[in-house]
Amino acid sequence: MARRDTPPRWDRKMQQRLARGEAAALGELYDRFASLVHGLAHRVLGDEQAADGITREVFAHVWENPESYDPKQGPLRSWVATLTHRLAVQRLRTTETAALAQDGTDDTDELERKVRRASVAARADYIVTSMPTPLRTALELAYFQRRDYRQTAADLGVTADEARRRLRLGLQLLSTAHDAAPSGTPPEQGGTR
Amino acid sequence: MNSANPFGEYDDDPDPHNAPRIPVPRTSMEDTGLPLPTPPLILEHRVLKALLGAWALAACSPEETAAVEDHLGGCGACADEALRLREAVGLLHPPETLDLDPALRTRVLQACLSRRPPRIPVPSWATPYDAETARLDALLQDIGDAEWHAPVRLRWFDGKEPTSRRTTVAGVIAHLLTVDGLVAVALGLDDPLETPADTPTPAARTEAFWRAAHFPPTRSVRGPWREQSHNLVRTVAFAGGGSGRLPVPYGEFELPLRDSMLDRAFETWVHAGDIADAVDYPYEPPAPRHLHAMIDLGARMLPSALTARRQAGLAAPGETPHLVPAGAPGRSLRPEIEGLGGGEWLIPLDAPGALASADREVAHVALDGVEFCQLAAGHVSPEEAAAGQSGDREAIRDVLFAAASLSRM
Repeated sequence: MARRDTPPRWDRKMQQRLARGEAAALGELYDRFASLVHGLAHRVLGDEQAADGITREVFAHVWENPESYDPKQGPLRSWVATLTHRLAVQRLRTTETAALAQDGTDDTDELERKVRRASVAARADYIVTSMPTPLRTALELAYFQRRDYRQTAADLGVTADEARRRLRLGLQLLSTAHDAAPSGTPPEQGGTR
Repeated sequence: MNSANPFGEYDDDPDPHNAPRIPVPRTSMEDTGLPLPTPPLILEHRVLKALLGAWALAACSPEETAAVEDHLGGCGACADEALRLREAVGLLHPPETLDLDPALRTRVLQACLSRRPPRIPVPSWATPYDAETARLDALLQDIGDAEWHAPVRLRWFDGKEPTSRRTTVAGVIAHLLTVDGLVAVALGLDDPLETPADTPTPAARTEAFWRAAHFPPTRSVRGPWREQSHNLVRTVAFAGGGSGRLPVPYGEFELPLRDSMLDRAFETWVHAGDIADAVDYPYEPPAPRHLHAMIDLGARMLPSALTARRQAGLAAPGETPHLVPAGAPGRSLRPEIEGLGGGEWLIPLDAPGALASADREVAHVALDGVEFCQLAAGHVSPEEAAAGQSGDREAIRDVLFAAASLSRM
C-alpha cells in the first residue's frame, strides 16, 4: 500500500470531502497539519494556550470555508501555513497593542520589531520543515550535531563538494525568511513557494 | 651562563668535539608529529564562495575559515552573502519538541463541528477509535528508527494463566494492522493480510502476517496501518450510525460493528501503552468518556465470558445452571469502577441472558477504571486486581478471571 495520494491529489480530494461536510475528513486534516499549525503559532506567540487558540481558529476556518482554498494556487499545506501565519501575527499584534495601551506607552517601533521578529522566526521554521530533506539533514548535522562539512559529507555518504553545496543552498533558502511578505514564505495566497 | 658573551652557547659547550661542525639536516616538521605551521591557504573566489554556507555554520577547517575571512575583506559580493547566511543560521531553532496535547484534537474538532454541523458525522461509537489511533500515531511520530525495533512483549491471559509473545514496536503495529483488518474486511475494504490465515482469529492472522513478511516489520508498517485506520473511520461514517449492528467475525466469535470499533479502540490504547513502555515514553489513559465506553463494553462481555469459562470447566457452575431463563432475574455482581470514566454495573452471574438484579446482588467489587482495563487486557493478574471486595468470594473470583479471559493476543 504505497502512498497513492500524492499531495495535489490528496489536497483536491480533501477539499471536496471538507466541502461535502465529512467530519472524518476534518480529523484527517487535523492529523496531517496540526503539528505544523500549532508549531508555527507557538513560534509567533510563544504561548501554549494562545497557540491552541490559533489552532482552533485555523481548523475552524478551513472547515467552514473549504472553498476558499484553490488547489490550482498551490499545495494545501502552504495555504494552511499562510493562514496560520496571518492569524497568529494578527493575534500577536492585538495582544501587544493592548499591552502597550495598558502601559500608557505607544512604542510602535518596538511593536513592529517584535511582530517582525516573530514573523520571520515562524517563516524560518516553515522553510526548514518544507525544504528538501537532503538540505535539511545537512543543516541539522552541521548545526545541531556540530559536524564539520567533511564529517557531514561522510555521514551523508556524499562528496565534500556536495555537502558544501547543500549547506549553502539550505541557508540561502532559510535567509529568504527575512524577505518581507509576500515574497517570503509562506506566500500570501497559497502561492507556489 | 656567560651572559656577557652573546655567542656563549658555543663557548660553553662542554664537549665541543662531540658536536658536528656541520649540523645534520634538521628533521622534517612533517615527521615530528607536531602540528604544522600552516601556510595561509590560497583558494580561488569560486571555491571560497562555495564554502560560505559551511563557513556560516562554523563547519570549515581553521585554515579554510581564515581563507574565507581574508577573502571577505576584499570581495563585496561574498561579504554580502556571508552576512546573509550568518543571519540565516540565527534562524535555526531546534524543532518545536512540544508534544501536542492529545485532548486538543477532540477540543478543536468539537469546536469546528459545533460551528458547522457535519453532513456526514462520525458515529459516536467510532470516535474512541478515531481518537486512540490519532494518539498512537502521534507517539509513533516521535520515536526514532532504532526504537521501531525495540522489543515488546505482548501479554494476555489464556484462560488459566498469563501468557506472552515477543515482538517489536513495528511488530505491534503490524498486529494492530492485521486485527483492525478484520473490521476492514467486514466493511468490504481491502484485507491487509495477503496470505490468508488458517483461521480468521486475531492471533492466527497476526502470526500469518509476521510469517509472510520476509523481513521483520519496520517503521514502514506505520503508513498502511494509519491509512487503514483513517479508512475505517471514514467508511463507518458513510455507513452511518445504523451500521453499528453489522456483524464483525473474529473467527471464534463475532461482535457488532459498534462494539468491534470500541474493542479496536481499546486494543489500540493497550498496545500504545506497551509501545510507550518499550521506548520509555509516558502515555495517558483515554479521555474519560471513551474510557467509560470501553469499560462498559468489557462489562457487557463478562456474562458470556463467564458462561464460556463454565462450559470449559474453568469456573464454578452457576447456582441453577441453564435453568435461569433469558430475561429472568438472576444472581448478580456489582463492579464499582472508580476514577474518571468509571461507574457502576450489574453483571448477571447465572446465564448471559439472565437479567441482572440489584435484589439478587451477591457480591460487590471496587476497582479503578484503568486497573479494570489492565485486567481485561491481561496485563494484571486476576489475583492481584481487586482493590476492595465483599460478598460471595467464588463469584468474585470467577468474574475477575472472566474479565482477564477477555484478553487475547
